[in-house]
Amino acid sequence: MFPFNFEWIWDMSHVVFMGGLWYALTILGIGLTYCIIKAAIDTIKGKDGHHH
Amino acid sequence: MKKENKHSKFKKYGMVIDLDKCTGCGSCMVACMAENNVPFKQDESDKLLSITWLRLFRLTNDKPFPETDVCYLPRPCMHCEGHGGHSPCVSVCPSTATDYSKDTGIVSQIYTRCFGCRYCMASCPYKARYFNWWDPVWPDGMEKYLSPKVSPRMRGVVEKCSFCYHRYQQARDKAYMQGKPDIEESDYQTACAQACPSGAITFGDLNDAKHAVYQLKKDPHAFRLLERLGTNPKVYYVSSREWVRRAGDNYLKDEGRLKKAVH
Amino acid sequence: MDSALIPKGVKRCPLWQFALFIGAVGVVLAWGVYAMLLCWFKGLNQTNMNDYYGFALWIWADLAVIAIGGGAFFTGLCRYIFGKDELKSIINYAVLIGFICYSSALLILAIDIGQPLRGWFIFWHANVHSMLTEVAFCLTCYFGVLTIEYIPLLLENRQVDRVPFFHHLGHNMHEIMALFAATGAFLSFFHQGSLGGVAGVLFGRPFAFREGLYIWPWTFFLFTWSAAACGPCFTILVTKITEKATRKKLVKDNAIELLAKISGWMILTYSIAKTADTWYWATVTAPSKGLTWDFFYSNNPLYGKWILFTEIILCGFVPAFILVTKKGRKNVPALWIAVTLAVIGVSLNRWVMVLQVMAVPVMTFDYWAMYFPSWQEIATTILPVAYGVIMIAFSHRYLPVFPHEAELNPVEPLPSDEEQLAAAVEEMVDVEQELKPAEA
Repeated sequence: MFPFNFEWIWDMSHVVFMGGLWYALTILGIGLTYCIIKAAIDTIKGKDGHHH
Repeated sequence: MKKENKHSKFKKYGMVIDLDKCTGCGSCMVACMAENNVPFKQDESDKLLSITWLRLFRLTNDKPFPETDVCYLPRPCMHCEGHGGHSPCVSVCPSTATDYSKDTGIVSQIYTRCFGCRYCMASCPYKARYFNWWDPVWPDGMEKYLSPKVSPRMRGVVEKCSFCYHRYQQARDKAYMQGKPDIEESDYQTACAQACPSGAITFGDLNDAKHAVYQLKKDPHAFRLLERLGTNPKVYYVSSREWVRRAGDNYLKDEGRLKKAVH
Repeated sequence: MDSALIPKGVKRCPLWQFALFIGAVGVVLAWGVYAMLLCWFKGLNQTNMNDYYGFALWIWADLAVIAIGGGAFFTGLCRYIFGKDELKSIINYAVLIGFICYSSALLILAIDIGQPLRGWFIFWHANVHSMLTEVAFCLTCYFGVLTIEYIPLLLENRQVDRVPFFHHLGHNMHEIMALFAATGAFLSFFHQGSLGGVAGVLFGRPFAFREGLYIWPWTFFLFTWSAAACGPCFTILVTKITEKATRKKLVKDNAIELLAKISGWMILTYSIAKTADTWYWATVTAPSKGLTWDFFYSNNPLYGKWILFTEIILCGFVPAFILVTKKGRKNVPALWIAVTLAVIGVSLNRWVMVLQVMAVPVMTFDYWAMYFPSWQEIATTILPVAYGVIMIAFSHRYLPVFPHEAELNPVEPLPSDEEQLAAAVEEMVDVEQELKPAEA
């Protein structure tokens, strides 16, 4: 899973597979963080969010 | 087929089992269980729940008397090489708990790494892999007689024949202490090969011309189980009987002739 | 009593009735949980699996719930990426069903492994060449996506929504839902496929083995395809069952019809591909291993040629033809039959690709092995169904799962207690906005 796990080899399979995984996790992580931070800012600003 | 290197630095341990010599006595199974601390239960009548690293199959030619013929076939793990170490079970294990050693050709099983998904069992056409459905329970006092060289397995993991790998490790240690560059054929023998009273099982390095198996596997009557699947097993069988050789693989009706074992 | 939690503008059954229903389903759930605990504490000897059946009912259940849970990613893909706005009416429910299916799959997997405490090894010591590793990674990630998609719905509960932070959070998550949906579709493509790969790569098992493209056997693509095709049918089926149970119309017809139409074409093309795959396997792959195709369907008490007919024709082409025709999908009984057949078909396919693979002997002197699950296996397989029913019941009661429910079932709010009176006053302030159903 991580390069420091002893079964890790820097080969194409690991780069592609784990690359895909970390890419997906990064997108989800950034997306979620953005939502939370923006929600906090909106709340502090007292923005009226009643518009779906 | 690549030309074999007679002095290959890689070993390829394997077996040649002469089915004409096998009497079906079961000594190999007993030796295997004792050597490898294979657990057993009080009731072993359900063979689908019994752990038998080496299992004896009874084959018959399905002919009426007086042509009835029976053959006993011991089946250890085949330690498949597949193509380039791509054995059926090694490639599927999700947690790298089973490994194909390019140094010895042995397929290992790391019990403490296995989490019991049983995908390897599903992949093995020889059904050589067994699951520990229960924790081992030894009869009173028997734990003192367990082999200290082999770790007993816990509930929930898969196990299988290791070609008595601990004996290989011991032989290596011994050779090192004696200052020998390599181990001899007699230094590393599996428990089943040693226990067979009729000498049906021969074990050794298939790559080493000095080892008996090197010649035996070239017998014109040698074959391997299910070669057509591409598993590339390292256990060879020899039988002078055509029907036995034919039972080693699946053939379509019109496929009259047997294919010879690939060396 | 719980009226403050119930979405505005919709009618729900009295609380005692709801509690009685949850209690009844809860008994089944408790039975499943008991069996689950038995498996965890006593081990897999509680099952009827054996060394010939290392993969059995649970793996089938996993494959099947993930296939029928495929409605979530495919509906999400159509809604957010291809912009099919009609699906707005059903997308929340598709997400909820997907969430239930995937959480169930993870739970079953956790029961199914011999050493549950080592489950994390699949991530930590990952063998990237194993299809099961790919399944575990994508499945877990996609479950994360479904959770992210389900959270905004939770945040829309009337009381939760009153908290400004949650209100903004839900709103922001809606804004970038396309991003999550796209990631979900990417992950789904791979894990649905790898589940097909699980069987397809078994070159030691000629019944399962398939050639393919690069590292992916044909089953990889067939599984993704069939999940995308039949998953929406399960979404429709559950929607229809929910409508029957609540005696209400919950989703607009155009959403159902569009989903049915897309599903129909997907099933049709899938069935053609499946036929081609079976044909190639029967005439090329199996004979190359020295086996005729009918060998796999004879000399045993269960697995006969009826499977091929049932899976490909009865549960493949038949529902496909019903759903691709306008008449077929507009006819209510025909729609019911079609979606039910499609769900049975995909589940049967998964059964065959797991259980039949284990049953077939490979060595010439081996034998067909039959298996019947133990009650513990059955109970733990029913457990997710009970859990799903409870999840749906709670979500439907307290969350605006169906954005068009109020519109389809107009009710006059009768403020009976103080809480509702206050709510009614609140409503007067912004009637227009409040009655407008939340979109997910």
